[in-house]
Amino acid sequence: MSDREHGPQHPGDACAGARLHIVTGKGGTGKTTIAAALAQALAADGGRVLLVEVEGRQGVATLLGSPPLPYEEREMLSVPGGGSVSVLAADAEAALLEYLEMFYGMRRAGQALNRLGAVDFATTIAPGLRDVLLTGKATEAVRRRRGARRRPSAADPSAPFHYDAVVMDAPPTGRISQFLNVNSEVAGLARVGPIRNHADKVMEVIRSDRTLVHFVTLLEEMPAQETRDGIAEISELGLAAGMVLVNMARPPLLDDASLEAAASGGPDLDALAAGFGEARVENPRELAASLAGEVRGHALRVRLERRVRSDLEDLGRPLLELPLLAGGVDRAALDELTRRLAEQGVRR
Amino acid sequence: MNPGPEDDGRANRGGTGAKALDTDALLDDPGTRIIVCCGAGGVGKTTTAAALGLRAAERGRHPVVITVDPARRLAQSMGVEALDNTPRPVPLPEGARGSMHAMMLDMKRTFDEVVEEHADPERARQILANPFYQTLSTSFSGTQEYMAMEKLGQLRQSGDWDLIVVDTPPSRSALDFLDAPERLGRFLDGRLIRFLSAPASTGAFRLLGAGFNLVTSTIGRIVGKQFLDDLRSFVSAFDTVFGGFQKRAERTYRLLRTPGTAFVVVAVPDTDAMREASYFVDRLAGDAMPLAGVVVNRTHPLPEGAGSSLGAADAESAAASLEEGGVHPLASAALRLHAERVRVRGREVGLRDALLSSHPDLRVAEVAALPEDVHDLEGLRRIGGALAAAAGGR
Repeated sequence: MSDREHGPQHPGDACAGARLHIVTGKGGTGKTTIAAALAQALAADGGRVLLVEVEGRQGVATLLGSPPLPYEEREMLSVPGGGSVSVLAADAEAALLEYLEMFYGMRRAGQALNRLGAVDFATTIAPGLRDVLLTGKATEAVRRRRGARRRPSAADPSAPFHYDAVVMDAPPTGRISQFLNVNSEVAGLARVGPIRNHADKVMEVIRSDRTLVHFVTLLEEMPAQETRDGIAEISELGLAAGMVLVNMARPPLLDDASLEAAASGGPDLDALAAGFGEARVENPRELAASLAGEVRGHALRVRLERRVRSDLEDLGRPLLELPLLAGGVDRAALDELTRRLAEQGVRR
Repeated sequence: MNPGPEDDGRANRGGTGAKALDTDALLDDPGTRIIVCCGAGGVGKTTTAAALGLRAAERGRHPVVITVDPARRLAQSMGVEALDNTPRPVPLPEGARGSMHAMMLDMKRTFDEVVEEHADPERARQILANPFYQTLSTSFSGTQEYMAMEKLGQLRQSGDWDLIVVDTPPSRSALDFLDAPERLGRFLDGRLIRFLSAPASTGAFRLLGAGFNLVTSTIGRIVGKQFLDDLRSFVSAFDTVFGGFQKRAERTYRLLRTPGTAFVVVAVPDTDAMREASYFVDRLAGDAMPLAGVVVNRTHPLPEGAGSSLGAADAESAAASLEEGGVHPLASAALRLHAERVRVRGREVGLRDALLSSHPDLRVAEVAALPEDVHDLEGLRRIGGALAAAAGGR
């Protein structure tokens, strides 16, 4: 927070100090990529960050071009200045077995249950249980202290945290409030007992003011609508909304007057043809008629994007913008997005 | 119906060699009774289903569209604003020759109705009040798919509509629609549920190397004893219902294999959605289910005329020369936009050709991206028109 004294305020300032960052977004908005970039930005200058994936899609592995990741926290990315990002592809079955072993020492019973299909059963019949196990895994990593890898209860409460921050690549916006509302999800399932206690503990972390739910969106109607609905839903649950991250933003290529003209009646064909002639393109007049539709489409899209953007601003959450990167997403693109996040104030 | 060999290759797409999916022929064929729109989440399944329904109605048929979780404004435009499981008439634009109904699936109510139909009132009451049933009917991961199929079976049997268009539930994988009902059936009939609900005196516990008590006490410790009691009473009450239930699901599944059904796989031109479409096409072939073709939404075709032959590199160098001189910003912007479009189109064609190289007989229809989302009947009508035009300029 000391940066505030000697710099202008950035939208990303809002997430400094948070320990659990839950990243959601409508399918196709680039949620996984943004989660990975956010993890890198938070790890800058010597931070230790865990990126948890919970949907079994192996999206992080795909993003990094690596083979599928096992159920294991593995250091995958190193950040200039000494920071590191570990990645965990969480899996409900493995989490349940781990949970049984960790809290009850019931390895044998767990294996017997697995043989019988009980674990599959438990996690299929009740997606709620699955969600509790997955959020539980992330919140355990948030609470974990150094020097006590396994049993959180055995940790020295004064030891520093194992991870400086945990970033969760969470389910899409349409499912996020249900996913995070673990208490009510297990209510029909377990009114008392260890799962219930576990759920309460998980909820405590999720409700804490050091947990933020970030929304990735595009400047399109549906993802923006889902962002609005998602923020309203999680606020109702008492969870804190963090940033709204506008992904794949493209700058307008025209000034406002030309945009307005192109959007209403189509672009000025004479001006287009004159320009094409000047650039010595063949058949300037025919080309002007042919490309007019693309220019008009661009102008209409910019108009829509501005409307969507202003609606998103009205949500009152810090709004960050990330560019559409030509050539798809690779490590270089990921580093570029990380840099853009840092520029807009994102840090631990 | 399934486009036969007689119209083979009639409508080629701009020199690519892909055969066009002729949606009008599909909709006009009175033999087409069910169209199932499936694909990954977020590809525009609901819009495609609604547009096909509307187009069919305009051309004189009487379809009902079953939607699952539509966007609010699209639902409003079709006059279905509440989950009420009842097909409602859609106010059609003037000139439509047929009629159209739409409904939004209420998964829990559909499940309740099946229970009520198959069990005597007392048993039905027991089942509906059971906490375990309540979890099952609202959040089991396959229930929505199962109930969509159940609803489809009901509407087909009622005979009130000559065409049923189904929008499949939003799931991570398109295959869930085919797999989930079986998963639910397997679960309800499974070893574990029998085991858990069996009285301790039977031989069931010999199934296990580890002792019965160890297992039940473990489950009891995790979920609580109450849960096991609920589960036992659910299973004993549900047992009598289940025979009919399973038979029904099998009948609906068979319906999907009959020649009156056509699957339309919906995708968008990105790697994930196209891969998903490819899996689904293979799966339909493996299950002997009739595929009509693939609809690729939100594509970026090149403009007609002179622009279609201007390459990205040429457009960019022309734009650069104008920018250098600081003149004609409109023309240079148009050239930049065009260069971007050519590159995007190149990627799209690459994805489509990859799909076609592994499925050479696949029929494809593309719908170009619109600047704004569709949320009214006029928009749906334009989509329906674009689908039809993909088959050759009608």
